[in-house]
Amino acid sequence: MATPITQPLTKRSQVVSEKRMTLMERIYLPAIVKGMGITLKHFFRLRKATVKYPEQLRPMSPVYRGMHVLKRDEQGRERCTACGLCAVACPAEAITMVAAERKKGEEKLYREEKYAAVYEINMLRCIFCGDCEDACPKEAIFLTDRLVPTDYTRGTFVYGKQWLVEPLDPALRVDVSKRQPKAVAEFKKDRNFAHNR
Amino acid sequence: MIPIVIFLVALLLVTLGVAAYATYAERKVAAFMQDRIGPDRAGPFGLLQPIADGVKMIMKEDFMPASANRWLFFLGPAIAMTTALLTGVVIPWGGTLDLGGTAFKLQVADPDIGILYVFAMVSIGVYGIMLGGWASNNKYALYGAIRAASQMVSYELTMGMSIVALVILTGSLSLNDIVEQQRAGLWNIVYQPLGFLLFVICAFAECNRAPFDLPECETELVGGYHTEYSSMKLGFYLFAEYVNMFISSAVISTLFFGGYDVPFLDGLGLPQNVTVILGTVALFLKITFFIFLFMWVRWTLPRFRYDQLMDLGWKSLIPLAILNVLLTGVGYYLKNGI
Amino acid sequence: MLTLFYLFAAISVLSALVVVAARSPVNSVIALIVCFLSIAGHYILLNAQFLAVVHIIVYTGAIMVLFLFVIMLLNLNKATEPQKSLATRVAAVVTGGLVLLTLLAAVRHGISVEPANGFDIGTGLVRSVGRSLFNEFLLPFEVSSVLFLSAMVGAVMLGRREKNPQAA
Repeated sequence: MATPITQPLTKRSQVVSEKRMTLMERIYLPAIVKGMGITLKHFFRLRKATVKYPEQLRPMSPVYRGMHVLKRDEQGRERCTACGLCAVACPAEAITMVAAERKKGEEKLYREEKYAAVYEINMLRCIFCGDCEDACPKEAIFLTDRLVPTDYTRGTFVYGKQWLVEPLDPALRVDVSKRQPKAVAEFKKDRNFAHNR
Repeated sequence: MIPIVIFLVALLLVTLGVAAYATYAERKVAAFMQDRIGPDRAGPFGLLQPIADGVKMIMKEDFMPASANRWLFFLGPAIAMTTALLTGVVIPWGGTLDLGGTAFKLQVADPDIGILYVFAMVSIGVYGIMLGGWASNNKYALYGAIRAASQMVSYELTMGMSIVALVILTGSLSLNDIVEQQRAGLWNIVYQPLGFLLFVICAFAECNRAPFDLPECETELVGGYHTEYSSMKLGFYLFAEYVNMFISSAVISTLFFGGYDVPFLDGLGLPQNVTVILGTVALFLKITFFIFLFMWVRWTLPRFRYDQLMDLGWKSLIPLAILNVLLTGVGYYLKNGI
Repeated sequence: MLTLFYLFAAISVLSALVVVAARSPVNSVIALIVCFLSIAGHYILLNAQFLAVVHIIVYTGAIMVLFLFVIMLLNLNKATEPQKSLATRVAAVVTGGLVLLTLLAAVRHGISVEPANGFDIGTGLVRSVGRSLFNEFLLPFEVSSVLFLSAMVGAVMLGRREKNPQAA
């Protein structure tokens, strides 16, 4: 049996009752004046909450869950092996992929023997929960602190590999080091596990 | 003849200008009270915002519902705007200027019935909302129209009664006389604090301003009487509200706060024209304060429920107004006899 | 001034005709409002400012608002207009015609249109209206206020919620 809460949850909580109001309360004017005092106090308060957006950016968390990136490894090979775990994990069913087998001579491009020929995320369906990131065994997909830009048509929101895979140029790589907690990095060093090899 | 025409045009422009910048002020005041900074992109401090809004309003598609009554749909905003602008002519905007020998009073017309004329215009103004709301052929608009009608009729009574008490004191309905009497003695707020309070509350209700903005209350009725309106017709409705606010503030200042009177200014021995201009400036300062009060209250108080509105009007304000008339009458009798 | 008089006269007659002829009740009411406004214009031409403004406030501003209010609430339109029987129509035409005849006869023979006294420009101002109301016509004025009071009490009685339907 649940015990009734006898202690107020916050310091500001007030007990509401249906008692008859006193004359002072029924005139309402004192309460109105009090309320107007509060708004006037805010009127003259210098510290404003506004962020002037294009010039001034709100500080973003390093683990902000924004637009996805498909990572490459140190040698510039795509890490994704098209296992489909991200698509399974996705609660919004935003991820679609078509797997293909790596041909001879493509070892420079793809890390595993199987790769994603098509990898699409529908950004209108995506809820940016980060479950794909958790599900990925290959450290291939990450959410980043980049925002998905707006557009006028729905079609353009289905992002293919050309938008998702990070550039080859090492200078343009997307840094996700802050997104990986220490424990994960340690875990990945352990080559005993098959998917870390 | 020519000075009065110039004055009329100037009055029209000033009214429109003040109303335009009242929209800007409303947004700024709202923002500041909510710890924001408000519009600041159009021009320095966003000062060109009313122009941007006006351009936006004009460029929008002018849509009319197929089932609307064409003429009345058109007539609604026109009536609202016209009656709002017509009221300004009886308000004394200042004393008598000396234009190279000819005296010029800063008031378009000073009829014997000045304050009643304001009432008449306000009571015709209801039709703008009622006809527009009915002609839209939309249930929300109809609700808004009906609310506006009953609200205005209810609060006009109290407003009239608070004026009756004031008129007992002044013995004149002419706004100019009322101001001149306050210049000679004390401001009417001293004698009529309750009347002032009632009048201000009713002015809020007559202007459909929060907490009495039930005719357009967006949380229940989408947009109330202007739900179906778009483009400049909507602009006229919104603008008429600000013009009404300006005029109401002017009436409140004139009736209870001495109009263009500045205490002790006459004793300084300044040239007449300077005194008159300072008086007009003072009147506009008072008006600015009351416009700010309108906004201040709007961004502080929540909206009334409809039955609360009617209860307040009929069960509290009207008895108070009658009491005020009685008290004023008794006071007048004790002081002056009949 | 005479032009204005003819203008107002034409507007009031035309709008009065529209009141009768219009099919839609809302148009009728609007025509009546226009009619009242033009009559207020006539008052102003006679320098009866007080009468004009009270006319606007009371008739145009209050009574017609309530008319419009009721029409909007009941949603009266062409479809709900009751069909009159032939007998009613004939009776209406006969009665209306008789009234017209009487009025015409009265205007032709009985009533003098000349003002009894010379026109006084101050008659319609607040001061003189108030003087005559509270001196010469004090009793009728107060009696009519009692009439209004009884009407108000009646309205309250009609609008009162029955506490016990069986007892009533």
